Amino acid sequence: MDCIRILSPCGILGYGFPTSSLERGMAMRPDAIVVDAGSTDAGPHKLGAKTAIVSRMAARKDLERLIDAALGSDIPLIVSSAGGSGGREHVMWTLSIIEEIFRAGSLPEVDTCVIWADIPDDVILKHMERGEVTPLDAKVPKLDAARLEETTGVVAQMGVEPIVKALEGGARIIIAGRAYDPAPFAAVGIFHGFDAALSYHMGKVLECGALCCNPGTTKDCMMGEVYEDSFVVYPCDPDRKCTSLSVAAHTFYEKDHPYILHGPGIEMDLSQCTFEELGDNRVRVKGSRLDATDPYMIKLEGARLVAYRTFVIAGVRDPLLIGKVSQVEDLVRRSVQEQYSEIDPSSYSIDFYNYGIDGVMGLLEPLHDTPHEICVMFEVLSSSQELSNAICASVRSTFMHYGYEGRKSTAGNLAFPFAPSDVPFGPVYEFSVYHLMPVDDPTALFPIQRWSPYTGFGGET
Amino acid sequence: MTRLVELAKVLRSKNSGPFLITLDVLFDDRRNYERVRDSGVICQDTICRIYNLNPSALKCIVFFDAAMGVKITYDRSTPSGTCFDRDVYGAQQHAPLMELQIP
Repeated sequence: MDCIRILSPCGILGYGFPTSSLERGMAMRPDAIVVDAGSTDAGPHKLGAKTAIVSRMAARKDLERLIDAALGSDIPLIVSSAGGSGGREHVMWTLSIIEEIFRAGSLPEVDTCVIWADIPDDVILKHMERGEVTPLDAKVPKLDAARLEETTGVVAQMGVEPIVKALEGGARIIIAGRAYDPAPFAAVGIFHGFDAALSYHMGKVLECGALCCNPGTTKDCMMGEVYEDSFVVYPCDPDRKCTSLSVAAHTFYEKDHPYILHGPGIEMDLSQCTFEELGDNRVRVKGSRLDATDPYMIKLEGARLVAYRTFVIAGVRDPLLIGKVSQVEDLVRRSVQEQYSEIDPSSYSIDFYNYGIDGVMGLLEPLHDTPHEICVMFEVLSSSQELSNAICASVRSTFMHYGYEGRKSTAGNLAFPFAPSDVPFGPVYEFSVYHLMPVDDPTALFPIQRWSPYTGFGGET
Repeated sequence: MTRLVELAKVLRSKNSGPFLITLDVLFDDRRNYERVRDSGVICQDTICRIYNLNPSALKCIVFFDAAMGVKITYDRSTPSGTCFDRDVYGAQQHAPLMELQIP
């Protein structure tokens, strides 16, 4: 076999892609369709609250077309980090959509596998006792048994091994829990006997859909071909192109280092890569390197609930108030604390964000011009929604009518765009687990289970 | 002197996981890239000053000649998406970098 070809329809399952691009890609006879469904980019809430990144409607729309394409060409379809965060509930959500699609279309049954990525607390605790669970970054909160208990569930990023195992078992549809984004792409290359470094690097390019093109987007299809000594990537949409620079520059994206990348059990070194334009919008990449690490480390992810929020958005157009808005906000905060003197002020937090002044950058904002109009967003964080609602309502009414020194607009300080003005937001989470943990066997914590859209779960394979 | 934003093709910020922000400055012209690289302006002192960082919070500044770009990665002051974060994706933290003056 000269090469294997992988189609990546989009950057996140549910982001969508033009059907014409999928058709053009399928005409190239790919050996697999692989789509990453996950990201931690949207913060800890999706993982903690067990909700999806995309809507059910968007996920179904993409899955319908991908299942149809994969079944029609008899090639595997791999969905990884299913449901966004890749935990049990996220996988179940994805399976329920697939079940709907199969039942609605009376589609023929195909060999389908689920790969779970939930890590039981007792496994983590055992490693914690040996001092083997280490924070990935300096700002990761300290983890102890109590924090782990408060965490709503821990997932780990799987590497290629469990996915290769599922492919070896003959699976045509693989729904994987949390996975290292490039892993499902790399697994296809490695399953077919191609070089791990090239397969992984190609996966790193493909997992974002057509983002490495000019113009770049996560909402269009990319093709990757792994050869013995190189890989080639190109868009399925003739209005986009890959250039040597666009593909080289993509290795920068969302990584802490431009050419050293860490994944489950691997370290990639892309410093010696060459990027060659082949014409026809294609780029050939050579020179990717990869070392297996010892021990094999997996990344754990988990979130816990830390507060409940209520917030208000309002506009201010009065130049007298804009000129001293921070001072007025401090006075409003103090007044509300006095109104609730029976409540410990350290049990809640009143925060103001002045968009137009320093809303985005806060203390880092280098510019200090006075704008003619600002947006004020204020929030209350506390241990219950009821308390946050109550305090926030008082902040709003106090701010609205606050008689600051020099005020002329005695009828009201805030322009609310909506009624009601107060928005009970619900829980706020934090990443309580973002740690590395060594494993002896890269497949042991990622069990593979057969599943059918018509009869449900079978046994572990 | 020229502002960095006028020399760069891409100048962006983004999360690298929930605890780091990474800044990318990419060029499509080798002279511009080498001018910025060799100016020495993008260094620990400059980045720590404009982002109000302790040097220990600055993870790396790496120039990558093959891709004509420089990457700067630092610890977030607040982790992504939790209380007091102002930029969940870290996508709007690049503006101070645009204004750097390159000789």
